[in-house]
Amino acid sequence: MSDTLIEVSNVSKIYQRGKMDVPVLESLNLTVDQGDFLALMGPSGSGKTTLLNLIGGLDVPTSGSIRIGSENIDQLSQGQLATWRSRNVGFVFQFYNLLPVLTASKNVELPLLLTGLSGKERKKRAQAALSVVGLEDRANHRPAELSGGQEQRVAIARAIVSDPELLVCDEPTGDLDRTTADEILELIQLLNKDYGKTVLMVTHDPKAADHASHSLHLDKGRLIEAQPA
Amino acid sequence: MNSLSQISAITMMNLHNLPARIGSSLVIVVGIAGVVAVLVAILSMAKGFEATLQGSGSPDRAIVLRGGSTSEMASSLSSQQTNLISTKPGILNTDKGLLAAKETYVIADIRKRANNSPANMPMRGVDQNSFEIREEVEIVEGRNIEFGRFELIAGIKAADQFQGIDLGSELNIRGAAWKVVGLFEAGGGIYESEVWVDNVVLRQNLKRGGGSNSLFVKLESPADFDVFEQALQDDPQLETNVLRESTYYAAQSVSTTAMITNFGYAVGIIMAIGAIFAALNTMYSAVSARSVEIATLRALGFGQVPIVISVMVEALALAMIGGLIGATLAYLLFNGYTASTWGGTFSQVSFDFAVTPELLTRGITWSCLLGLIGGLFPSITAARQPITVALRGM
Ligand SMILES: Nc1ncnc2c1ncn2[C@@H]1O[C@H](COP(=O)(O)OP(=O)(O)OP(=O)(O)O)[C@@H](O)[C@H]1O
Ligand SMILES: [Mg+2]
Repeated sequence: MSDTLIEVSNVSKIYQRGKMDVPVLESLNLTVDQGDFLALMGPSGSGKTTLLNLIGGLDVPTSGSIRIGSENIDQLSQGQLATWRSRNVGFVFQFYNLLPVLTASKNVELPLLLTGLSGKERKKRAQAALSVVGLEDRANHRPAELSGGQEQRVAIARAIVSDPELLVCDEPTGDLDRTTADEILELIQLLNKDYGKTVLMVTHDPKAADHASHSLHLDKGRLIEAQPA
Repeated sequence: MNSLSQISAITMMNLHNLPARIGSSLVIVVGIAGVVAVLVAILSMAKGFEATLQGSGSPDRAIVLRGGSTSEMASSLSSQQTNLISTKPGILNTDKGLLAAKETYVIADIRKRANNSPANMPMRGVDQNSFEIREEVEIVEGRNIEFGRFELIAGIKAADQFQGIDLGSELNIRGAAWKVVGLFEAGGGIYESEVWVDNVVLRQNLKRGGGSNSLFVKLESPADFDVFEQALQDDPQLETNVLRESTYYAAQSVSTTAMITNFGYAVGIIMAIGAIFAALNTMYSAVSARSVEIATLRALGFGQVPIVISVMVEALALAMIGGLIGATLAYLLFNGYTASTWGGTFSQVSFDFAVTPELLTRGITWSCLLGLIGGLFPSITAARQPITVALRGM
């Protein structure tokens, strides 16, 4: 009884570089079920980040449509899209993208500033998210005082603090050593299994893809189903 | 969407970042402080000049010049004419007689105390009535001149400024030695920049005969000016230009005040353009250094408007700090500072710079405007940068 959460239909993305058109995705179709953990692989420049950004609502397709849950996000205005992102998507980036001046706790609280929650409630939820990623004791550390793995955990806490359905991760372990990477991948797997998050993860690492429920290969703008390992 | 908390969060982030960017932020502060200090200083000069000249005239006094002249120096009246003018209605009559004074106004070469540079000193030949007409004139040191002698009294600002004006000493002017017998105040007005001597002695010394440059009169009341003016116009034997004393000095101040003010704004604008470029440059690099952070916030759902506002707030805060520093500097360095030598009809006028609250407000308003302009374009650029491009961190 798996519902479809993501439906990408006939999506093309053409970048403009000066006067030149740079087609990256062409008539791409993809469906992702609710609760899925999908790894997206493929050579550099194949358009993985581009596809992820479209699904996460950071960019709009040149043509085609993207439905997430009940929302056709290609129809939304910039402002509506921002609000939609804040409620429905958690982002995890390769370089964590924490704000260096804020403590871990304040970084995690950021998405909650867009809600009407009181300061006290925000703090409580940030603390809860930090304990999910196992960093409740580092709440008052600034990013510079954390290791890369810890920074990525804070970023993951930030991604889940407003309880979105969808987690979008662009090479979340790309900047980490093997052991730390595995810990992060297990954490993401946990969020998928125990917290029911649908996860879309771009990775170059075949071992990372092993943590996913299935993998897709993007090559020259086209998607190919990969054999389960 | 709670946009106030968004704005405060981003602003906090920006301001927290300030210490790390102290060097480039100082460019804004110093640049704008300079603009405001210079602007306020020059405008305070205009204000001080204006105040001095406008404070010199009284509406119940009139100055009569030869028809067609607008300044004392360019005017001359014969004794015959002044006698005739003195019979006209409107002039105050006291136990000392009708209050009309024949006066001569000349320029004397002298050197400044401060830097020994040559200067033009205004020298006024007066008669007894001159003191009745100008009640504000008060001898504060020494005594008044004795008429018929080569004696001189000096306004306190003239005494401050020019070499040789010391009580008891002799001043050589155009071949005559004038003894300095007293110093006077004149309510802070322009007369304090002049030296006064006996009109008759002065004219003999200059070989000018018995007339005068002008005739100053005290009116029965300010309202009697019209009567007096009409009477002068109605007399076919007279060709005169009569002005209220207050009007005369106000008119003298207008062009110079406007010139200083315009100069102040011109310099201010030129400097402001420089400061704006500095501010733009600083803010552009500030937002570009944070483009990934800004893109991250936007990915999380933060709006463009809070980003624009927060960057503007930062620029504004820096600019206002600069404005306050500049205004304070102008106040500390220039308020009450005495300047002199201003061209035009008044060869030498001493006046105090007046850094008024109004000018301070104007300076700080300028700093805010500069901050807004300096912050606007970078903030818009920051907010409009596509998220995906900024996230790539290029
Ligand atoms: N804003 C843009 N303007 C023009 N071209 C772009 C832009 N963004 C991406 N591209 C191009 O689109 C193509 C796909 O980029 P994308 O980042 O999606 O690839 P990727 O699969 O994520 O690669 P990588 O594995 O290196 O991260 C690349 O050729 C890239 O140069
Ligand atoms: Mg990529």
